[in-house]
Amino acid sequence: MRKTIGKAAVLVTSVALLAACSTSGDEEGTDESMSPEPTTSASETSDAIDATGQTLTIWTDANRKPAIEAAAATFEAETGATVELVEKNFEDIRADFLAQVPTGEGPDITIGAHDWLGALVTDGVVNTVDLGANASSFSQVAVDAMTYDGQVYGMPYSTEAVALIQNTDLVGTEAPATWDDMIAAGEESGAKYPFCINVNGETGDGYTMYPFQTSFGAPVFVQEGGSYTNEVGMGGDAGEAFATWLSENGEKGAGHLSTTIDYAINNELFNSGDCAYTVAGPWALGDFADVNFTVNAVPSAGGETAAPFVGVQGFYVSSQSANALLANQFLTNYIATPEAMQALYDADPRLPAFEGVDTASAPFPDAIAGFQASAEQGVPMPSIPEMGSVWDFWNAAEAKIIKGADPVDTWNKMITDLTAALAG
Amino acid sequence: MSTETTAPAPSTGKRADSHSRRWTGLGWGFVAKLLIMMIVNAFGVSAIMSAWNAQAWVILGASIVLLVVADWVYFSRRMLPLKYIYPGLVFLLVFQVFTMIYTAYVATTNYGAGHNVSKSQAIDAALIQAEREVEGSPSYPLAVVRDGDTIGFAISEDGVVEVGTAEEPLAEVDGAIDDSGRPTEVDGWEIVKVNELLSDQALAQEVTDLRVPVSDEADDGSLRTREGSTAKVYRSSLVWDEDADTLTDVDSGVVYTPNDRGTFVGDDGSTLPAGWYVNVGFENFTKAVTDPEYSKPLLKVTAWTFAFAILTVASSFLLGLFFALVFNDDRIRGKKTLRTLFILPYAFPAFLTALLWRGMLNPEFGIINKWFFFGADINWLGDPWLARFSILFVNLWLSYPYWFLVCTGALQSLPSETTEAAKIDGAGRWRQFRSITFPLLMVSTAPLAIASFAFNFNNFTIIYMLTNGGPRFEDTSVPLGSTDILISAIYQISGVAGGRADYGLAAALSIVVFVVVGLVSALAFRQTKKLEEF
Repeated sequence: MRKTIGKAAVLVTSVALLAACSTSGDEEGTDESMSPEPTTSASETSDAIDATGQTLTIWTDANRKPAIEAAAATFEAETGATVELVEKNFEDIRADFLAQVPTGEGPDITIGAHDWLGALVTDGVVNTVDLGANASSFSQVAVDAMTYDGQVYGMPYSTEAVALIQNTDLVGTEAPATWDDMIAAGEESGAKYPFCINVNGETGDGYTMYPFQTSFGAPVFVQEGGSYTNEVGMGGDAGEAFATWLSENGEKGAGHLSTTIDYAINNELFNSGDCAYTVAGPWALGDFADVNFTVNAVPSAGGETAAPFVGVQGFYVSSQSANALLANQFLTNYIATPEAMQALYDADPRLPAFEGVDTASAPFPDAIAGFQASAEQGVPMPSIPEMGSVWDFWNAAEAKIIKGADPVDTWNKMITDLTAALAG
Repeated sequence: MSTETTAPAPSTGKRADSHSRRWTGLGWGFVAKLLIMMIVNAFGVSAIMSAWNAQAWVILGASIVLLVVADWVYFSRRMLPLKYIYPGLVFLLVFQVFTMIYTAYVATTNYGAGHNVSKSQAIDAALIQAEREVEGSPSYPLAVVRDGDTIGFAISEDGVVEVGTAEEPLAEVDGAIDDSGRPTEVDGWEIVKVNELLSDQALAQEVTDLRVPVSDEADDGSLRTREGSTAKVYRSSLVWDEDADTLTDVDSGVVYTPNDRGTFVGDDGSTLPAGWYVNVGFENFTKAVTDPEYSKPLLKVTAWTFAFAILTVASSFLLGLFFALVFNDDRIRGKKTLRTLFILPYAFPAFLTALLWRGMLNPEFGIINKWFFFGADINWLGDPWLARFSILFVNLWLSYPYWFLVCTGALQSLPSETTEAAKIDGAGRWRQFRSITFPLLMVSTAPLAIASFAFNFNNFTIIYMLTNGGPRFEDTSVPLGSTDILISAIYQISGVAGGRADYGLAAALSIVVFVVVGLVSALAFRQTKKLEEF
């Protein structure tokens, strides 16, 4: 008997507590009559949320959040929709987007890099977009990068590429024409190292080294009419010439390239004036506070144009978005406008992918011009899904050659392994 | 009914006389319990309601069962032991058992790159990818119109208003347009305002999905809008036949049928990019041992995992024990200060220490080579064996203070009588240590050693921060390296860090790790029982 009283008491009180929470002021009653109450009040609440308008969920990283917030505020004011900005680490977005979109928990729009595109398309999580009325204002290399199999899947807003950064106190502002000129000038300046480059320690870094590779005419994949084929293009004589060059300048050769240097060490060396020249991207500029520098295009080492990889960042729309209309409305009318693009640039200065953005507001306006010059002679980084396996082989082979392994054998073995892996 | 607060700690041995039997009235303890249970019920009911709203039936069912059982356990007299176990049990079920079951499920699928979505989502993706803008299509200012439940698109061409629906191709009607060419009045149709479109999700969805044929000829394409205010002509090259379960390419005539691997394969052998995940049975488990790409590196990784865990525990235990013995000697001065200093490596976050060591071990710029090896060019993290040694060394640095602490505590709690008796019997220091101190010490430290083994078996932090698994194996395309342990290998294979994702294989390997750690722990605990009998 006591047991029953206890149970009833608990049910009544807990339900009462619950009712108090949901501010529906119920009178005391038996548990049977009470139990349906909370359920109804809950469904009322959810209906109420629906009626206040739609919610557009956007994933962004911390840097770009303020810029998107500005666009979102205008959007909210004009359409009555709510924009929910979810801040995430940029590095996590790719994997999370791939995993969350199929479950329906993903965002409507996400910030992303163009080299994810291959994976996003084969995993079926991304929708095509239309660039809208201002389509012609986007830079062609950026739109090409966001294009996969002839369809545009992302709205680009910034580009980035590595360039040659030189210490003006040591070697002046003049851009060296070739690798040899640069090394000569660097040695003459009396700097401890004429040239430093991030090799990412033992891992190797084909990305930063790529302009030198393309100057030998050895692109990673054969390009056909703007888009990449999956045929490896860095084999043959051109590739071997580049490998030999790596070896000659590596640890057992001239020593300009070394696996002891990773990103942090490279920036430290340049910032302390130990290096006359380095190759780095705009993201490294913050680390160069103690030196005067200028930015130029990367000089050629093998005779042809030194074309760096151009990375593009932009907005993707989820293929499972329940608010596709709203998402496209936001992108075409509130992001693809000169004002919004300017706001994005002001909040997080990266080379704009949109014509007419005033780059004077950046902390290093001159440097931005140098990076833009470098990006103009660049090629988009391939976004085909095969790129994932390429990095592993490619970086490792470069690191080995720099450490002193036989260049031609190592390079050719890498090409063989890579071709086999791509075929399998 | 009872009260944890008023009663002393219960003993299950005296069940007949348990405090719950002695309950006589509503004490303060009961009130406290009632309040706590009210909160528990409130949370439970709110969880059930949100599960109902989200239509997550499994979670709904589980929440109901867990809540009902909770109430039953805490308001029944017979459930005393469960009263203590139940909260832990719930957390175990939710955070461990569920995760395990889900991991086991993923291990039997080919979930990963290229098989990332469900079948219907893969079809959506294929249709999205096949629908292309018709070249040279103008961008028409659009008015969305409706007539009852029927939604249509109205545009104007050369000043003439045209309306069409999903069934009816564009046809001329009377109406008016504004300067931009957007229809403002359409005879027989009501214009839907953009704002209304944006605030009604269902309507917006319908408009997004609507395709209005431009003419009777299907090949001419159809109007579609993305944002509700402009329309362009698109044409899809794939047609989905739901009954036949096939996709047909209308241009080439290729018919794509689903295969049992979760991919649409055309009759010419080509495949569509987006696939879906399907059950592949135990393939992931067999792949780990039979696939030549994976088997060799995984074998090496497994061997290194065991070596790493065992060597780490052994070396740090011995070093910690050594210091504990030294500092336990009464002749040492400033013991407290020294002990504090020796514990310092344990006090810093492990990932930070690992990062610091990574810098210090740099062959050219690191202080290890500079200070201790006269500037020699020793590539600590670049050579497979040196990298393994470095990992062991840094982990020794990180974990000996733990053993130093544990052993110091254990040594201080050893009865001094036994040692004294041994001394009187004429045993030397070494003999005392070997026959008395060490065995007694093992009783209290062996279970900790097992825990430490299990921890190090999955010690992701140090591997990731110090070498990230490198240097890479050279004879395989799998992104694994000489210092990868199983858990870091799983991380690489899962593709979370980038590269090709293979969640299925990663999940299968996780199960293997779980089984291994479980087995080793079970066996080792059996052995320690024997020590206690000593």
